[in-house]
Amino acid sequence: MMSDHVSPLALYLTIFGALMVLTAVTVGAAYVDLGAFNFLVAIAIACFKASLVVWYFMHVKWQSQMTKLTLATGLFTLAILLGMSLIDYASRNFTDMPRPVNPDAQMRAH
Amino acid sequence: MSNAVAHADGHADARHAHHPAHQHHFDTMAQQKEAAVIGMWLFLLTEILFFGGLFVAYMIYRVWYFDAFAEASRRLSLFWGGLNTAVLIGSSLTMALAVRAAQTNNRKWTVNWLVLTMLLGCVFLGVKVIEYQDKFANYEVPGENYNWLYHEQHAAAAGETTPHRELSLTPSQLQNTTQIYFSLYFTMTGLHALHMIIGVGLMMVITWMAWKGRFDAQWYTPVEMSGLYWHFVDIVWIFLFPLLYLVERP
Repeated sequence: MMSDHVSPLALYLTIFGALMVLTAVTVGAAYVDLGAFNFLVAIAIACFKASLVVWYFMHVKWQSQMTKLTLATGLFTLAILLGMSLIDYASRNFTDMPRPVNPDAQMRAH
Repeated sequence: MSNAVAHADGHADARHAHHPAHQHHFDTMAQQKEAAVIGMWLFLLTEILFFGGLFVAYMIYRVWYFDAFAEASRRLSLFWGGLNTAVLIGSSLTMALAVRAAQTNNRKWTVNWLVLTMLLGCVFLGVKVIEYQDKFANYEVPGENYNWLYHEQHAAAAGETTPHRELSLTPSQLQNTTQIYFSLYFTMTGLHALHMIIGVGLMMVITWMAWKGRFDAQWYTPVEMSGLYWHFVDIVWIFLFPLLYLVERP
């Protein structure tokens, strides 16, 4: 059975070690001023840590293609949720939209 | 129970020669397991989107009021946050080892690792209580008594000076906008803590079942499903820690 793969103890300890080291790296990186890249580094490390947990601790590596596809579907949906929402908010100032000088006047016009 | 297969061999009817945990509407144990795994992942997907909505709210307000988020984030203790991250990653390891012990028919260590996982979960919640208590004591809980300047006033009364940073927001703007940060902080960590409490409750049942010898190498699905849930909660924290504690530290 594919899902009944028993991982060696050493693998679990290695992943645990990697997660601890990456936590220390995240904290360390936060104290280095990288400008906008601080956020990207923190998120990249968090995504990598999450992937290690999903792949090895949650055994997805040894699960069926169906299970992997199920997970991928969820992550895709999450990407739409995050991506589309942020694109919306980030792009609101791209064009000069005429703004109402007096909000009350705008209300009355409708 | 653990001799179920040997026991089943004695059946005259071949249809009944199955593991006691094998339900009749599944062709094989493998199919039954696969259904449980996919079902659990589908549940976790709803959880991902549940927390995902909060992450979107966090991202938008963080972009809008970055200075407020950076300043408010400095009010969190990196020591407690870092310790809790280590504790939670440690509990993920013990949970993974509990599943491994179940896979290898090791009843004693399944129970031991599960108990250790629950203990680490309780340590995490205990640290969270200390952190929340500190927020209440310093008027940093959004609402009527929220006072962003409490620290400064406190320090000024004691004759100390607090470091000043050039910020894009005035103190009265910070009074409002940092409350958005702390509202998200309490909502996200609170929901996360609620998941931990549920996880510990689940694990109590699983530990009892393991103690009773309900699981063996052929069937340990409840242990593995609780493990998936626990690891998911760990992953949420892996994102919460840098987002809430490390907005801008230097």
